[in-house]
Amino acid sequence: MQLDINRRDFLKLCGGTAAMLGLSQAWVPQIARALEQAAERPPVIWLAFQGCSGCLESFAKADYPDVATIVLEVISLDYVDVLMAPSGTRAEKSLDDAVAAGGYITIVEGAIATGIPEAMTIAGRTSEEIVKEVTAGGAATVCVGTCASYGGVQAMNPNPTGAKGVGEIIGDEKVINVPGCPANPDTMVSTIVSYLLFGKAPELDSRRRPTFAFSHKVHDNCQRRAHFDAGRYVEVFGSEEEAKGFCLYKMGCKGPETHSPCPLTLWNSKQNWCVGSGNGCIGCMEPDFWDEFAGFYDTLPNVPVPGFIGVKTSADYVGSTLVTATVAGVGIHAIASAAKGRYKEEDDASEGSDD
Amino acid sequence: MARVVVDPVTRLEGHLRIEVEVDNGVVKDAWATTTLFRGFEIFMKDRDPRDVWHIAQRICGVCPTSHGIAATMGLEESFGVTPPDNAVLIRNLMEVAQYQHSHILWFYALNAFDYVDVVSALSAKANTPALKAVQERLQAYVDSGQLGFLANGYWGHPAMKLSPEVNLELSAHYLQSLDIQAKAARALAVFGGKFPFHMSTPPGGVTVIPTIQDVLNYESIMKEVNDFVKNVMVPDTLAAGAAYIELADIGAGVGNFFTWGVMEDVASRDPYKRALPRGAIFDGKLAVEKVSPEDAVEYVPHSWYTAESGEGKNPGAADATTEPQYTEMNVDDKYTWTKTTQIKDRQMEVGTLARMLTAYLSDAPGAKKIVDDALAALGAAGKPEILVSALGRLATKPLESALIAEKMEADLAMLKENIVAGKGEWFTPNEVPESGKGVGAWDAPRGSLAHFNRIEDSKIASYQATPASNWNFSARDGSGTRGPCEEALIGTPVADPEAPLEILRVVHTFDP
Repeated sequence: MQLDINRRDFLKLCGGTAAMLGLSQAWVPQIARALEQAAERPPVIWLAFQGCSGCLESFAKADYPDVATIVLEVISLDYVDVLMAPSGTRAEKSLDDAVAAGGYITIVEGAIATGIPEAMTIAGRTSEEIVKEVTAGGAATVCVGTCASYGGVQAMNPNPTGAKGVGEIIGDEKVINVPGCPANPDTMVSTIVSYLLFGKAPELDSRRRPTFAFSHKVHDNCQRRAHFDAGRYVEVFGSEEEAKGFCLYKMGCKGPETHSPCPLTLWNSKQNWCVGSGNGCIGCMEPDFWDEFAGFYDTLPNVPVPGFIGVKTSADYVGSTLVTATVAGVGIHAIASAAKGRYKEEDDASEGSDD
Repeated sequence: MARVVVDPVTRLEGHLRIEVEVDNGVVKDAWATTTLFRGFEIFMKDRDPRDVWHIAQRICGVCPTSHGIAATMGLEESFGVTPPDNAVLIRNLMEVAQYQHSHILWFYALNAFDYVDVVSALSAKANTPALKAVQERLQAYVDSGQLGFLANGYWGHPAMKLSPEVNLELSAHYLQSLDIQAKAARALAVFGGKFPFHMSTPPGGVTVIPTIQDVLNYESIMKEVNDFVKNVMVPDTLAAGAAYIELADIGAGVGNFFTWGVMEDVASRDPYKRALPRGAIFDGKLAVEKVSPEDAVEYVPHSWYTAESGEGKNPGAADATTEPQYTEMNVDDKYTWTKTTQIKDRQMEVGTLARMLTAYLSDAPGAKKIVDDALAALGAAGKPEILVSALGRLATKPLESALIAEKMEADLAMLKENIVAGKGEWFTPNEVPESGKGVGAWDAPRGSLAHFNRIEDSKIASYQATPASNWNFSARDGSGTRGPCEEALIGTPVADPEAPLEILRVVHTFDP
């Protein structure tokens, strides 16, 4: 690769990728070398099917480095309907040329319409025909967003068009899924760079998600976790409790059941994230979240809380007990904290704010 | 006579196919086909009404904020709840950020390659070190032999008219715009959590309770965005508009426009007092009439839906439905997934041009001066009628951006005042009713959208949405009257049917 990219931005990319992949910063030079030594920019084909362009929008918010650097200096984005210059037959030529050259990564955004195949066509061909043909000749297939990964919004019951994720069409073993509605830009970029670096998919979980990003739940790393543990909950939007940033569990937050790096990556140049805006997580990185988590404002049942180790106790019960009975609440919390040897700083805060 | 099919039409949100009949180098007939159907109206049914505004945002990943806000406004009517002033201010500020994001993305990333010849920019005399750096960057990209997303573009096309120097400058601004659009989205995330798909506007108000620091943070990010609009995008538009002044002669369209209005007036909550006020214009007469979501009706003479999905019903009717029934692709019969949506038996254009004409003719604050100044710069002082054209759609986008930047200042001042004064109302508690009915009528950057809901047994009994493409890419009606984009294509010159750049220009002005 011709390294015309500004060196600082390039190392930023490598550093960000190393952090995301859980590698030490000692890897940065190796990542840089691997990308620099490539004879040419790795070709990428971005296919968009049943979806909303939201994942490409999200990709365009990447800042390590920015999207201009990615498309001009890191990869060769040979087909991408939302950004490419040509249309019609010339756009088709771009796709044909890229497929003929081979060796590309296919990125898929959007679901495949199988029940009504004509619900999604490009140049007269159905999404199933195109995805099968293009991915067959590619080196790897990365599904970005919950639609391409598992069917997404249009696959909601009763799934009127028979929308499916790409893995269901070409075989799960052939895809890397980066779900999310939208997919997170840091996760997308790191997944692609990881593939370029090691020449193979990163370690994946049973739903084909990279474990570097999806092995923890939102709840595990949530900024508001201490409030959950201390039984401090928001019970009405717009309340004093929200102004204090209390836990959104009772407002229906699906963080305890959602595998996602959101609390760490955040969104839009680390400006904010869903929970930061005062609304609970809706679980958009889980496979069937639109149906499984429907009732986004209903409290998840049976989420275990500290202090009740081994007992499936509803935080609803614990929360209301703690909030209404301060003495008991502090008592339970103190036991939990002592047992775990953590949350020490929170103890003082909890006494004040629970009153 | 020759048929030319452009499929896919790229650089837009969604999937579009255009077929035209060309005679002697001019478009004589046109058919617009949306080639995507997902079925929102079907899977919304029986949902928890509180979930709906999240689902609705997934209609469009480029303008989800507008869909979310419109859905919430409709639910608020059903629920019988009114959001407090601060919540309305926050929604306006998020909407302003989305508009700037969308208009910047559209003008450069989605539209510029129809006018800016990137290859020609390589031969420009670079007058500044910054331009020289951009030129070297582009040269290195071309020299790599991997043209990527720029391969097979319409470089060197006879309809490309800008000088190498202007091409270089606009190419530099294209690259800069990619950074600025991300910043506008970042400003939105201050109040919305993230973009795309914000999280903070349920029925009743907003979940976010911003501190004064949050508000200042939004303000400082948006200052950079609005400076770009004022100092880069508006001058670029006027330069491109002047070079391509012949666009004033094509793309007039159906001559009927409307907008539901956008950016609420906090004090009155009157849609006719929004920063971009509600109103309709019929038959090319430059006068504004009132318009209501109840006026919208849907037909399906050329669309792949059951007969019951059309029949002139209002989308808010109890028996309104959207049931797919694919037959075959045949422009003489059924040819699209878009319904024919009309007001007063007319095909209606929506979008920035509709909003800016309505604002101009309604004498909305600031609109007249911004439009008149631009007309003067284009050498058409006192001739607003030239805006009813492809040129008008192109030129009014940045003008709208400049106008809403003024609205943003006023709303920000009010919000800051409220926060400092301790007026801390953000959310009105509410419950899902046993039954109810409502409509949220608002405008996305690319045009009017209305979300109609009916609630029975505290669940969604019926949900119908009419987003912008339902209007602009409306199919022909029963009597053969073309939809707005179809009609706008008539008369468009096509120098090279193998490279139908002029068609793309007209289609892209609708910001699909």
